[in-house]
Amino acid sequence: MSEEKTHVVSIKTHLLVLFTLIVLTAITVLITSIELGPYNTAAAMIIASAKALVVLLYFMHLRFDEPIYRIMFGLVIAIFAAVIVVTFFDYLYR
Amino acid sequence: METTLSPSVDLHRDDTASKIGMWLFIFTEILLFGGLFLVYSVYRYRNPVAFHLAHQELSVTMGFINTVILLISSATVAIAITAIQKHNKKLTMMMLGATLLLALAFMVNKYFEWGAKFDHGLYPGSELMAGLGHGDMLFFSLYFFMTGLHGVHIIIGMTLLTITLVKVKKGSVNPGKYALLENSGLYWHLVDLIWIFLFPLFYLIH
Repeated sequence: MSEEKTHVVSIKTHLLVLFTLIVLTAITVLITSIELGPYNTAAAMIIASAKALVVLLYFMHLRFDEPIYRIMFGLVIAIFAAVIVVTFFDYLYR
Repeated sequence: METTLSPSVDLHRDDTASKIGMWLFIFTEILLFGGLFLVYSVYRYRNPVAFHLAHQELSVTMGFINTVILLISSATVAIAITAIQKHNKKLTMMMLGATLLLALAFMVNKYFEWGAKFDHGLYPGSELMAGLGHGDMLFFSLYFFMTGLHGVHIIIGMTLLTITLVKVKKGSVNPGKYALLENSGLYWHLVDLIWIFLFPLFYLIH
């Protein structure tokens, strides 16, 4: 075991991250209760992605682990994004 | 031929490999739910009005409470890992126990949420569902399928966390060897991650 390589995230950090996530959730609920037209869904999705990123980086330790995990994750998201783009091109311009 | 080493010393162990394995599995889960989100997006794009009207059947308060429950449970798992790294077995067990209780609370909420719909005759295969318009039927089918599949993941996560808790208690998961805790933690965060997208997509359509 390479003890020195293990990054210990403090409990305080975790609590701060949790607080951020709950605030972001409250913002999503508030933002979708006001009329913003097509921007409502966009705002909800952007905030959801921000929350997901926070969970991945801090709770799932991606920020502190070796780069290989971030690279693998990036590739999977890129594949998924490509599938979304191709599907919607099909539906929009069929 | 005689060896003085006990067999356990030779046991191969590679925590990094096991964690990469867990991530690979998580990727398959992301693509599984990703596919479902894609189906949802296309149907919502084609039936915007029906999706908007149908979503009003869902309680935002209930969804919000469940979101907060899952976020807290993710934090408790993360703290459990910090605790074991700091050689604090008691806190690790407490945090895992708290996570399990929160997971149970989530499922109880889900039970009441689904139960209320079942009471109104709204469940997959019911006459009411069959009589719904095309868009509404798609919305509720996706709602039951996606939150249901997510619920199955909660149950699997709870099982994994229970096994981990027992092993922490017995000492086979300890500050020098906690890959199982890390991997069940990753799985639990995945469950949280999926819910982060399910909540706005089903409860907060504007």
